[in-house]
Amino acid sequence: MKEITQPMLRAQAAPVSWFQFAITHRASLASLVVLVFPLVMPFTALAVNILIYGLYGLGFNLVYGYLGLLSFGHAALLGTGAYFCGIAIVHFGLPWFAAIALGVVGGLAMAALIGVLAIRTRGIYFAMVTMALSQCVYYLFYQAVDWTGGENGLRGINVRVIDLFGLKIDFINPLARYYVIAAFVIAAFFVLSRILASPFGAVIEAVRENETRARASGYDVTTTRLITFVLSGGFCGLAGALQALHLSIVPIEILHYDTSGIVVMIALLGGMGTFFGPMIGAAAFLLLENLVSVWTVHWQLIVGAIFMICVLFFPAGIWGTLISRGKP
Amino acid sequence: MAGLSLELIALQLFAGLALGAIYVLFAIGLSLIFGMLTVVNFAHGAFYMVGAYVGLYILMLGGNFWICLIAVPLAVGLFGLLVERFLIRPLYGRGIDYPLLLTFGLSYVMVELVRIAFGKTGYPFDTPEILQGAVNIGVGYFPLYRLFVIGATAAVLLALWLFLERTSFGLIIRAGARDPQIVRVLGVDVSRVWLIVFGIGTAIAAFAGLLAAPLQGVIPEMGGTILAEAFVVTVVGGMGSIGGAVLAGLLVGVVVSMTSLFAPEMAKVSIFALMAVVLIVRPQGFFGRAGLMS
Repeated sequence: MKEITQPMLRAQAAPVSWFQFAITHRASLASLVVLVFPLVMPFTALAVNILIYGLYGLGFNLVYGYLGLLSFGHAALLGTGAYFCGIAIVHFGLPWFAAIALGVVGGLAMAALIGVLAIRTRGIYFAMVTMALSQCVYYLFYQAVDWTGGENGLRGINVRVIDLFGLKIDFINPLARYYVIAAFVIAAFFVLSRILASPFGAVIEAVRENETRARASGYDVTTTRLITFVLSGGFCGLAGALQALHLSIVPIEILHYDTSGIVVMIALLGGMGTFFGPMIGAAAFLLLENLVSVWTVHWQLIVGAIFMICVLFFPAGIWGTLISRGKP
Repeated sequence: MAGLSLELIALQLFAGLALGAIYVLFAIGLSLIFGMLTVVNFAHGAFYMVGAYVGLYILMLGGNFWICLIAVPLAVGLFGLLVERFLIRPLYGRGIDYPLLLTFGLSYVMVELVRIAFGKTGYPFDTPEILQGAVNIGVGYFPLYRLFVIGATAAVLLALWLFLERTSFGLIIRAGARDPQIVRVLGVDVSRVWLIVFGIGTAIAAFAGLLAAPLQGVIPEMGGTILAEAFVVTVVGGMGSIGGAVLAGLLVGVVVSMTSLFAPEMAKVSIFALMAVVLIVRPQGFFGRAGLMS
């Protein structure tokens, strides 16, 4: 680990440029942006969606951007989180915090299940296998009507008040709702930043950069991949749980293959492998969707075309391009 | 299970083969394109869907099914050539994910364009008159059209096999799949070969969509479902292997058909269970080479 951590220590000790400062304090800076975001964004409901999809993108980006594996099955992780959270509230009457915790556990467990199978394949296979397995999860949840409501979705997730040690927060108030969800997103920022800054985070990127070399250096590549995928499932499960609370319904479409595709678009639009890129990507994607759907119902046409243009001409994404410009 | 006779099971087996034939055609195009270009074509389902809609359009104009069988693969294959030339070619050498992402975006555009042209709701697709009805195949009466699907698939497979094994261009394709670098050194324009392979692959996908149309009707989303199932076929058969795609496609068709006889609610899930088993026992698939994907 020495050769990886030492330059970082040196960078921290030396008088740092603003760019170094931004990287070291990326979680705090990202949190700051999230905290002031409602002041510049008039539609709070949309802002909440951006937060949740940004968190979903954050989890996806851990696998795609940092680990270098393209997953087309992340809808299964988001959806399981949402359904676990919803089922905890609707069927077991659990309080909100327990439901969210169950959502995270659901995301982790589903990621472990899919990961164990998909990690056995390599490269481009991974995209296909994760997509096929998430389609399988879709059918399973679709058929478990008693638990999930099947085609109609899981209804009745009514959380009106968030009770925080006696402090009652009105979850119906849009701004209060935004900040409750923002608190979880900010916590996720710090956890992710900690993971990436740890020696394990260095191994994740080493696997992406050169698998053979990482293996020759004595790292267990397969286990690293599995653990990273499971961690990603935790973030996506949290996003799903928050989505369930926010919408007060879990539609079956959350498990659809389109939901897996959307997060790929978000990550690519924002800038894969960048810390804040997924948030930017989620904002860009959802704003675009909202604007375009005002004047045409065929917004998928525009979104698909813009995505193709991004792949062809701006593979670094919005945030990625900005960062590479700003790099001293 | 007392009501199940041997005849019923045999008939269901044949129904599975007809369903499998569609999977085979779809997966062969996917495999051919991947084997040559190392492009996972996420728009393959969209090409399949467009094939069905072009057939529908030809019927609306007053054409018949036999014209469709020729015109649909030609028209969609031509479109495939344009896609390869202008959209995928700029991405070669930029990492294996980029063509995949591009074709994914393309599938959105194609599906939405079809929605604009034909509306969001689906259409029924009439079975050509001469192929309606059922014939006795020894164990019972079997729909003639399904028999035709199996026959047409066999014909396409035979033609493809002859093309790959018996023509000089097929030889170049096979050589290009093994080592494009050497083929280039020998003075062959590999990019032209890739162009044609992509065209052939998409033409076969369109043909599969047309064959499937009378069985299940046409809707803009028909390509998405079969894409996930075709991935199962290619994983089970071994990516890039045509023999594997044939065997696995038929197997998946039979598995779906058999589970829908015994446990209908598990029919959709069964093929993914099959894939899970193959991944655990033999991750490279039936005919895949170990380490091909590294």
